[in-house]
Amino acid sequence: MLFAPNSNLVSQLNQARGIARRYLVTNGFDGALTMLGLMVGFQTAGDRIDLSMAINGCLGAAVALLVSGLSSAYLSETVERRKELQELEGALLSDLTNTNYGYASRAIPIMVALVNGLAPFIISVLIIAPLWLADNNLVQFSISPFSAAIINALLLIFLLGVFLGRVSNQFWLWMGIRTLLIAMITVALILLLEILLLKP
Amino acid sequence: MSKIRRLILDVLKPHQPNIVDFASCLADLASDYRIKITVTAVDKMTENILLGIEGSDLQFDNIREEIQKMGASVHSIDEVDVDGMASP
Repeated sequence: MLFAPNSNLVSQLNQARGIARRYLVTNGFDGALTMLGLMVGFQTAGDRIDLSMAINGCLGAAVALLVSGLSSAYLSETVERRKELQELEGALLSDLTNTNYGYASRAIPIMVALVNGLAPFIISVLIIAPLWLADNNLVQFSISPFSAAIINALLLIFLLGVFLGRVSNQFWLWMGIRTLLIAMITVALILLLEILLLKP
Repeated sequence: MSKIRRLILDVLKPHQPNIVDFASCLADLASDYRIKITVTAVDKMTENILLGIEGSDLQFDNIREEIQKMGASVHSIDEVDVDGMASP
């Protein structure tokens, strides 16, 4: 066989799944709430916001979240893994560069960084999809495209909660409602700030 | 050509992989390898094991390479059984 997956290396990479899952939810939630905030802002601004301008702004934020997620997770995970490897090398008095530990310590930061960067980017793109569809006349919404995007964001945030519930073996509906409540509080805070700060 | 039938190695290894996975990886090197591991000392990040391997023709270099791949190192060869195969 040309390549036989080493069970030890596979188990090392499996241990990183928990970290990747945590980053998926944390940064996915970041992306969803950022887009929700933008959509609420656009919606309350009324007709003054051009759709293509809003899409450009949101895409800019999504790319910034992607790069921020990729770089921050890669840098922090690389440092942590290198520190762990050095400690283990000190205890074993041997070089672990070409061992499964060495391969895992190089592969795990890349894997975690991809999850951390792509999660908010993909969620953001999904949230702004109604704007793009409306802007290109592919779908005619009976509500404003911004309202459709807000509903989309709330749905995705609810699904993130459901995912958390499934992972933690808790009641999925309760976890979904909890994350939805956080999103509603965010919307309420944005509206409150707009009322307080942008009084005519 | 002589053939190694049994080896007892003193090995220092990290806690992961545990001895079940460690033994399984070594046993998979050949179809007739039989592995026995005894943990002799446990430290904060490492453990010492006595690794016994039996087989009809043990390939020591392959065994040592696999041990090193798992982050462990052979400290000493404590016992060895070798059969001579001299032609008459």
